[in-house]
Amino acid sequence: MKIDYREIGLRVGLEIHRQLDTKHKLFCECPTELIEGGREIRFVRWLREAQSELGEVDPAAIFEARKRRKIVYHADTLNTCLVEMDEEPPHDLNREAVEVGLTAALLMNARPVDEIHVMRKIVIDGSNTTGFQRTCVIALGGEIVVDGKKIPIQTITIEEDAARIIERKPHEIHYDLRRLGIPLIEVSTAPVINSPKEAYRVAYAIGRLLRATGKVKRGIGTVRQDLNISIKGGALIEIKGVQELDLLPKVVELEVIRQLHLLKIRDELKKRGVTEQMISTEPIKDVTEIFKETRSKILRRKIKSGGRVLALRLRRFGGLLGLEAAPGIRLGAEFAGRARAWSEVEGIFHTDELPGYGISEDEVRRLKEFMEAGELDAVVLVADERSRAEDALQQVKERAIEALRGVPSETRAARPDGTTIYLRPRPGAARMYPETDIPPYPISREYLEELKRRLPPTLDEVAENLSRRYGLSKQIANELIDLEKVELFERIVSETGVKPRIAASILAEHLKSLKREGFKVELVRDSDLFEISRLIAEGEVAKEAAPEIIKWLSENPEKSVRDALDALNLRPVDMGEVERKIDELVERYEAMVKENPRKASSIIMGELMKVYRGRVDGGKLYQMVKERIHGQRGGDRGAD
Amino acid sequence: MAIGDRLQGYSGRVRRLLEESRVEVGDEVEVEARGETYRGILMARYELADPNYIVIKLSNGYNIGIRVEDEVRVKKIASAKKPRFVPPPKPKFREGLPRVTIMSTGGTIASRIDYRTGGVRPALTAEDLLSIVPELSDIAEIDAKILFSIFSEDMTPELWNRMAMEVDRLIKSGVDGVVIAHGTDTMGYSAAALSFALQKPPIPIVFVGAQRSSDRPSSDAATNLIAATRVAGHAPFAEVCVVMHAWHSDDLLAVHRGTRVRKLHTSSRDAFRSVNSPPIAYVKDGKIELNSEDLNKRGSDEYRFEPGFSSKAALVKFYPGMGADILEFLVERGVRGIILEGTGLGHVSTRIIPTVKRLHDDGIFFGMTSQCIFGRVNMRVYDTGRDLLKAGVIALDDMLPETAYVKLSWCLARAKSLEEVEELMLNPIAGEVGGRSMPSMEVRFRQ
Repeated sequence: MKIDYREIGLRVGLEIHRQLDTKHKLFCECPTELIEGGREIRFVRWLREAQSELGEVDPAAIFEARKRRKIVYHADTLNTCLVEMDEEPPHDLNREAVEVGLTAALLMNARPVDEIHVMRKIVIDGSNTTGFQRTCVIALGGEIVVDGKKIPIQTITIEEDAARIIERKPHEIHYDLRRLGIPLIEVSTAPVINSPKEAYRVAYAIGRLLRATGKVKRGIGTVRQDLNISIKGGALIEIKGVQELDLLPKVVELEVIRQLHLLKIRDELKKRGVTEQMISTEPIKDVTEIFKETRSKILRRKIKSGGRVLALRLRRFGGLLGLEAAPGIRLGAEFAGRARAWSEVEGIFHTDELPGYGISEDEVRRLKEFMEAGELDAVVLVADERSRAEDALQQVKERAIEALRGVPSETRAARPDGTTIYLRPRPGAARMYPETDIPPYPISREYLEELKRRLPPTLDEVAENLSRRYGLSKQIANELIDLEKVELFERIVSETGVKPRIAASILAEHLKSLKREGFKVELVRDSDLFEISRLIAEGEVAKEAAPEIIKWLSENPEKSVRDALDALNLRPVDMGEVERKIDELVERYEAMVKENPRKASSIIMGELMKVYRGRVDGGKLYQMVKERIHGQRGGDRGAD
Repeated sequence: MAIGDRLQGYSGRVRRLLEESRVEVGDEVEVEARGETYRGILMARYELADPNYIVIKLSNGYNIGIRVEDEVRVKKIASAKKPRFVPPPKPKFREGLPRVTIMSTGGTIASRIDYRTGGVRPALTAEDLLSIVPELSDIAEIDAKILFSIFSEDMTPELWNRMAMEVDRLIKSGVDGVVIAHGTDTMGYSAAALSFALQKPPIPIVFVGAQRSSDRPSSDAATNLIAATRVAGHAPFAEVCVVMHAWHSDDLLAVHRGTRVRKLHTSSRDAFRSVNSPPIAYVKDGKIELNSEDLNKRGSDEYRFEPGFSSKAALVKFYPGMGADILEFLVERGVRGIILEGTGLGHVSTRIIPTVKRLHDDGIFFGMTSQCIFGRVNMRVYDTGRDLLKAGVIALDDMLPETAYVKLSWCLARAKSLEEVEELMLNPIAGEVGGRSMPSMEVRFRQ
């Protein structure tokens, strides 16, 4: 489907969260590296939100409160102390984290606040042992320029990362506490992004700016992108937890498709004359009898354990529940997502997808008959404990009413395939109050001036410098930066004397292409890469051999470069032997050498390379052949 | 800072600026500083912090501080909205439940929060308490009252006495259990005090507190209160006890004997531990599991009300280098008995012993406990101990120093002579002394 994003009025705002690579966590002295192998203890907690004085009803809070469940925390003592366990007040705000945050803020021309106030943001799903996330605004305003467009930055905050879910059961949820408290920086843009591609470009640009601080973590789980997306006539949807940058455009695109689909369905429902009252007055009926002999495994299991099958007729919804705009984007999936999130039911079906799932044609016929469902009507089925099933269908009813209005505003979670699933209603005004255990943290003008003086170059500036200083292309300089090999590169060049282009191609091109081929190049030590470069610089190893050596080391990570040379038969060659070989070849092709020296030297080169590839530098061989054929006159130099 | 101060926490020129701008905490304001304009709600100022800042809450909920220099202008946009407190629905009354009175002595066992200002308002009535911790209404028919509103560190022997009188009145009124919500710092002392004043009571008297304040979702207040109410209303025993977390986990609570419990951690939920004696019971999954044979049964008819605490007792921790002048000073100021918290098996410097002997000869009581906390004193092992015994010091066996101090305060209020104090101190009254010494047993948790 080709979508004109301007036409539909797409607006996207990003919230980029990134772990900081500080020595300690944000409010204690635990390390931020995730180490395993300490003593693990488990403990149980229940959370309850203190009631608001205003008596306000927050939809997201009600959602969590209804699902109040036992929370089991797993604490590894190597990464967890009493602070993460909420058994000790937080220690002082981590200065290193504040400094990284302010540095990033200054790089984005944001305005640091005069005094930082740590807040408690209520989160009672258990991801924080305290029941709130500690968070603070460190800077306001600012902007970045992406492809010539100004993207305003609204706020920059520093906050503690949450615990990681290990297991989720109906009444119990397990969290690993090791990640809790790792400092995160959050950068929020204004909702000015107008296309999926632009979302990617902006996220990428913010990522690069953050990396310029040299103090952000990399790798899986260290970055999370949240988005808010709206289109004309749709609704503001928050999407949480996109981990892969490459997935961003797809998430945006699929969300647009979803909203367009829901708008289309709204129009169709209107056309069919469906009214709110037609839905709200529908009774929920017990249809367990019809499925007494069913072959559907899930229905049988639920009925056997005392559950009931309940059904809801949706008049004139027929065909619309199963209508698919893109894989997984169906009204039926919306209903199921809502029912599962609120009532944690398993078995939910609708007639657009039946017969199927072991439910027979006959059962469907009897169901429709019992529910008095006509050709245009749909029936939704839920099998579970009676109260739970009733609850689920009540949610379906509400969601069906919302379908008449279009797109309901909600918070959704991103899945690895780029689709999203209903998570909870959108929260009202953030429930935040001051963290009284931590005093305000002033930022003096002098300190800011000092930070400005020490501001690191942006990665664009670093690339510029690299390419100017070492004669590298911009592209390869950027690759060195992306692979975090700049420091190693500079050390290798200055200490081994190898040509910069050779060092850069080993560290950027070779590593990257070998990785693409599936070699575990991350297992190759920096010291080995250094050694390979040294051997090339000293003429002991030909530069062509570098990929083979790296490949071998990635497969034998415990071995040394010397071992690789032995194993690959790349030991230095006696040059006398090479000369003798050349003599022999020149003799063999004597006639051709006289007639067509150019062709002869290329044939001789071919023969030599068969023997010496990787062991003698190709340029050097070519030079030797030329010299042998043309005597001292030499010739045009071969490639390095 | 006065309560109800409309510019709470602000002082000096910032306060004057705010006063001149006619704004108060809670107002929506616009602050112009160094060419930037900030808009938000004026918040109270943290009193210990630098006075030269204005704190506002931005529309996204975050607070920030704005430094006040020469060019700062403050403008009022709108007046503070008064929080409109929505009364909670009345709890359902259930037939046949025991009657439990929850008595508050200070702090907030349950509270509501105003997210606009961060203010915390304690629950004051039974209805309010039940709306915040609705589980209570399934356990007992609750009555709530406020006895004091003080910090637990401000507790005194005089206040123990008033607390005891109030509980005695409740016992006589026929309630089935009493819960006393208490600040945790001195809760152990108060539990010991009521153990001596209310001997063999007919109903449980349960102290409870919280190590995490009740405005937090993770507060242990509700869990502890629910378990305490269960013990007060349903336990088969009638003891003065403390109910708190047994460990870091919310699923196991320990019931400690009032004379054997001590706060042993500054912040953890399991700060309260029974010392030299196991907890008398546990509460798990809403059930009370007994852990002791030696319990005063509910409905006991041997109840004796013995109020009265003297303020002439003292507790002195010995430290290397301590001189005897401290003891003399205390006695000069009217102290009539001193609990020594000695080293190891019950020792103090030999240099002090002559003074102890002289003061004892003048009628001053000396009791020895150990700063080791765990284990019993034994003053016959070393010369120093024997010399102290000769000087008239009474070895208090395995009694906790704090319990010994409370008991001394209680004895001094009723004994007529030194000899009588000495006899009373060694005579077990509320399970505070004696018994077997057991190996340390960590509570084990099955996952």
